[in-house]
Amino acid sequence: MVTTNPFSAMFGRSPFQPLLAHIEKAHDCSAALLPFFEATLQGDWEAATQHREAITRLEHEADSLKTELRLNLPNTLFLPVSRSDLLDLISVQDKIANKARDITGIMLGRQMRVPSELAAPMRDYIETSVSCVAKARQALEELQDLLESGFGRNVSDLMQKLIRDLHDLENRADEQQIAIRRQLFALEADLPPVEVMFLYKIIEWIGELSDRAERVGSRLQIMTAH
Amino acid sequence: MSIIAQHGDIFILLACAFGFFMAWGVGANDVANAMGTSVGSRAITIKQAILIAIVFEFLGAWLAGGQVTETIRKGIIDPALLEQDPQLLIYGMLASLLAAGTWLMIASMKGWPVSTTHSIVGAIVGFALAGLGIDAIGWSKVGQIAASWVVSPLLAGSIAFMLFKSIQSMIFDAEDPFAAAKRYVPMYVFLVGFIVSMVTLTKGLKHVGLHLNFTQSLLLSVLLGLVLMFIGIQREKRIARSQRQSDAFGFQGVERVFGVLMIFTACAMAFAHGSNDVANAVGPLAAVISVVNTQGDVGGSASVPWWVLILGGGGIVAGLITYGHKVIATVGTGITELTPSRGFAATLAAATTVVLASGTGLPISTTHTLVGAVLGVGLARGIAALNMRVLGTIVMSWLITLPAGAGLAIAFFFMFKGIFG
Repeated sequence: MVTTNPFSAMFGRSPFQPLLAHIEKAHDCSAALLPFFEATLQGDWEAATQHREAITRLEHEADSLKTELRLNLPNTLFLPVSRSDLLDLISVQDKIANKARDITGIMLGRQMRVPSELAAPMRDYIETSVSCVAKARQALEELQDLLESGFGRNVSDLMQKLIRDLHDLENRADEQQIAIRRQLFALEADLPPVEVMFLYKIIEWIGELSDRAERVGSRLQIMTAH
Repeated sequence: MSIIAQHGDIFILLACAFGFFMAWGVGANDVANAMGTSVGSRAITIKQAILIAIVFEFLGAWLAGGQVTETIRKGIIDPALLEQDPQLLIYGMLASLLAAGTWLMIASMKGWPVSTTHSIVGAIVGFALAGLGIDAIGWSKVGQIAASWVVSPLLAGSIAFMLFKSIQSMIFDAEDPFAAAKRYVPMYVFLVGFIVSMVTLTKGLKHVGLHLNFTQSLLLSVLLGLVLMFIGIQREKRIARSQRQSDAFGFQGVERVFGVLMIFTACAMAFAHGSNDVANAVGPLAAVISVVNTQGDVGGSASVPWWVLILGGGGIVAGLITYGHKVIATVGTGITELTPSRGFAATLAAATTVVLASGTGLPISTTHTLVGAVLGVGLARGIAALNMRVLGTIVMSWLITLPAGAGLAIAFFFMFKGIFG
């Protein structure tokens, strides 16, 4: 007889669930960079293409989650956090996925192979960046629980610890980036110039992954601060 | 006068039938709202909710329902104007019951969020306007009722806000939230027991034949609160800490402790609802009975016969069993965003407000009180998302229900006048 009850209709869909789902996709996206990188090192372009396809698919899924969240955030929803902070956060998260896809796009398109001397440091560097993203994901997972308590002192503790961890990870990525650049500079003369140009670009973009993960952390802090 | 003597039994029979119909509507509709938070937060199952509702709705209606009945029965209309034609009061009350019951049924079929209280108040005002003129209505009392529609959600909201903030500062912000929950939750259980028994004892037990003074009531309430607290501690002991890896603060366990609490608030809510909303059905019924029994003495202050409250309680239970359980199921599965801690704050605040209102005799809408309470928790940043558009729908239902109830009541009033003369 009754179709909708006013009381249950009062509870809107929480935007935190899609937010969490989104960062999970972004994390999966960036984590897939590791096997992709290994494939390019081997020169196995078929495997690389498959990894690239997986990343593109994940990025699409992240995109549709983002769109869904934006569309499902009508003005009539009353939220414990600011609407604009929420929208900012999802766009920062989305850029992580985008960047991961861009990196594979250029590397695959140009069939780039990182010089063997750089392979090991590059692998570490990518790993650091990906763990930065993993950290951001973990923060959102914890936030899900804290939401139940309406954010309290525990949130600021959690955020402080998280920001510190993210900052440390990001610092490490920066140091690794500097070391790799220095190594590349030494090798520069023996490599085709255009190739070198794009290598610098890839190195920079991998760094942006950790940058953006760190920004997710600071967005979260802003979101829960007031 | 002769009309009453002639048709007295028919009037009482009709009144009982219509009163039961109205009570059925109350049980079918409102109970789901009252129990929704408890089921929605997964603290109790639907089966448990129905059992709790049956027992405590009935107890609330029987033990504490008398006070509001007075207001519905004679607070709205000035009885002095009816002394010449007491049968008009009978027609009016019959019409009001039938109108409110019919409106409730129409609204339930369409899925509109209407308030049973609004329906009956609108109906009584409607028949009084049409049958007796504008002066017959005790406008100050109507004003009071109207004001309570604003005041009760506000009050419930404030209480819910404070309750949730207190939970937050004492439990969620503690170094060890799980230990803090175990320590402080019994105090909330005590609060639930104390408030409910206090109002029952001071206001509701007169027609049961128990007369206690204030100090006795206070002591007994404290005692009952302590008994409840003891039960709470026993149940709490069975809850273990959460083992989930990602749950850094142990909030899972905390929520399970609050799950225990929800059982008590569900009882309190059902009790509060029964005590306030039974009057919507029983008040007019009692008025008819008293006029018939006294052969037309409108101003008579005969107390509500005990069996009338039982009839009302029975009607609520019947509505709950035949139809309400479906609505509880829909509401219960619809609310996934509600955790036991948030649900507890909202439900206890609403129950307290309704119980207080029953104590002072004001008929207020349970739905709107609960909505206010949920908003209060939302304002304390406790609820992830609230749909504000639905609030607009609810306000619309306030506006529609009054004239709808009034219109139907006027139609039925003239129908009865035509039948009986």
